[in-house]
Amino acid sequence: MTLQSMTYLVVGTTFALYIGIAIWARAGTTKDFYVAGGSVHPVANGMATAADWMSAASFISMAGLIAFMGYGGSVFLMGWTGGYVLLAMLLAPYLRKFGKFTVPEFIGDRYYSKAARIVAVVCLIVASVTYVIGQMKGIGVAFSRFLEVDYDIGLTIGMGIVFVYAVMGGMKGITYTQIAQYCVLILAYTIPAIFISLSLTGNPVPQLGLGSTMAGSDVFLLDRLDQVLRDLGFLEYTTNVRLSLTNMFMYTMSLMIGTAGLPHVIIRFFTVPKVKDARSSAGWALVFIAILYTTAPSVAAMARLNLIETIEPTPGEYMVYEERPDWVRNWEATGLLAFEDKNGDGRIQYTANADTNEMVQVDRDIMVLANPEIAGLPNWVIALVAAGGLAAALSTAAGLLLAISSAISHDLLKGVFRPDITEKQELRASRIAMAGAILLAGYLGFNPPDFAAGTVALAFGLAASSIFPALMMGIFYKRMNKEGAIAGMVAGLGVTLLYVFQHKGIMFIASTSFLGDMSPNWFLGIEPNAFGAVGAIVNFTVAFVVAKMTTAPPQEIMDLVEHIRVPAGAGAASSH
Amino acid sequence: MLVIEGNRMSQNRSYWKANLRLVALCLAIWFVVSYLFGIILVEPLNKIQIGGYKLGFWFAQQGSIYVFVILIFFYANRMGKLDREHGVHEDDDEGRS
Repeated sequence: MTLQSMTYLVVGTTFALYIGIAIWARAGTTKDFYVAGGSVHPVANGMATAADWMSAASFISMAGLIAFMGYGGSVFLMGWTGGYVLLAMLLAPYLRKFGKFTVPEFIGDRYYSKAARIVAVVCLIVASVTYVIGQMKGIGVAFSRFLEVDYDIGLTIGMGIVFVYAVMGGMKGITYTQIAQYCVLILAYTIPAIFISLSLTGNPVPQLGLGSTMAGSDVFLLDRLDQVLRDLGFLEYTTNVRLSLTNMFMYTMSLMIGTAGLPHVIIRFFTVPKVKDARSSAGWALVFIAILYTTAPSVAAMARLNLIETIEPTPGEYMVYEERPDWVRNWEATGLLAFEDKNGDGRIQYTANADTNEMVQVDRDIMVLANPEIAGLPNWVIALVAAGGLAAALSTAAGLLLAISSAISHDLLKGVFRPDITEKQELRASRIAMAGAILLAGYLGFNPPDFAAGTVALAFGLAASSIFPALMMGIFYKRMNKEGAIAGMVAGLGVTLLYVFQHKGIMFIASTSFLGDMSPNWFLGIEPNAFGAVGAIVNFTVAFVVAKMTTAPPQEIMDLVEHIRVPAGAGAASSH
Repeated sequence: MLVIEGNRMSQNRSYWKANLRLVALCLAIWFVVSYLFGIILVEPLNKIQIGGYKLGFWFAQQGSIYVFVILIFFYANRMGKLDREHGVHEDDDEGRS
């Protein structure tokens, strides 16, 4: 069977599976739609959370980023996993005990203020919409690369699939499809990694292979990689710091706090039956995430080494361009890999010097996608990687869309504008909101705004500087009042947006940048993507000072805080 | 009635204090394995080699993640015990409705 038809078969089978699950898991009530009936087993929820969390960026881009950043790429590994520790200990069990449907609902009730709820809805929608654009792009790109259909057609098919199971099943349909999607994506990620680790080091476990010696020699793989990079004039892989250790510290902190504050992740913990399930479920989520996140560094280092050794099989002996392997030809055709024989010797030199380097274009996303071809794996593995990339993008998009639609139908419509609508009307409204959110996300996928590239910084910055501090203080600081929380959210958000915009341009339009994206202008050398942690500190400080100067919250709010601090009497999540 | 109420409140207070102590311990470990070993002390730790891994690099790209997983299960387990000791655990049939 050709690679093309094999890919259609594997991707088609997974899509049929997702639709089948959607029909089986229809939502009958608002509780089904928002929190999957509140009856998801903690291990199942952990798996769904992992799929929800790991996006096209984690699946396709992260290992490639690490491959070129070396040690500096550790900020993503620690940042995107360490947030679950914060989530498990500081937020998830208490929000589950609170027992409502959405994150803005907690903020609105805890700070006895519709204004606070609306601020939270705005933060949530901006963070989630910016995040979803990347997923939509990922779906379109995966289709166009692997199935050779147009980007637009690919995106339309992807939207259609999400539409079916998200509109029909809400959180219930999304949860059970995410479990299937996790299985697809983790197999697609680990199988090529195991083969590559085996062929390079003789050790089938990639996590151990990375610390092993090269097969048939007693040189350690990482030492070998450091050596060849030094010889080519690059920085050493294992000690390549990103800008400065201060910057890495702040970057990691921003990603951790942002992870814990992202609403589409938090609402997953509303679906388990008990408070104690919310704690263990966070642990299971991290287990399933860690399987991919501890494999990624091995994929990164091995892919970098494989790439260099393809170009320079023996020291000083470069690849003859006309004899390049098939996978190089395939990727050249996409434009993601490009060579230019500058000195006309018919061979390709790869060096750190831009004037003599002849591998002029190497897109980081190739590292994961080309892995099975580099390792010479059978076609079904390559097809599986395509299905895995799509699973990662679809599952994250669905989770984000649910967070957006529930904020609109439950927080804005039911909570603020039309509190008198019946459950049936609300369920219909939530389906319409979901359909609207999918159309909006699709529109932004067809017409990616100029600021699409900078949106990850914005999503994590918003979550870290506004949502996380408001939630945490709501639980751990009983005296925090409405005035403090709102002032803190606005201040944290303001500082973060100002910093990102002043260096990256207003709404990421570079010409409107008023300080220029220049590292000498960075506060303490912190890059804009790493600024969310500073925003969080500003939020905490402002909130604390303002709360001290204003009156304490009413007694029933203090009682509410006492109530959510103990697990007893939780009951299932409800809207009452 | 009032006496029972008072007991309940002091139980809840001591439960919350024990919880905060546990969280502080876990977050201290969380900080040490990632920020301290993986970033601040990465250079001195890299002088120690475990197999093919420099130790600081290993903490940053592998070790910290393993410790995070263990930490959450340790926390969940200890909190389950605290819930029972202080009589604030959920009933077995609670939440299944």
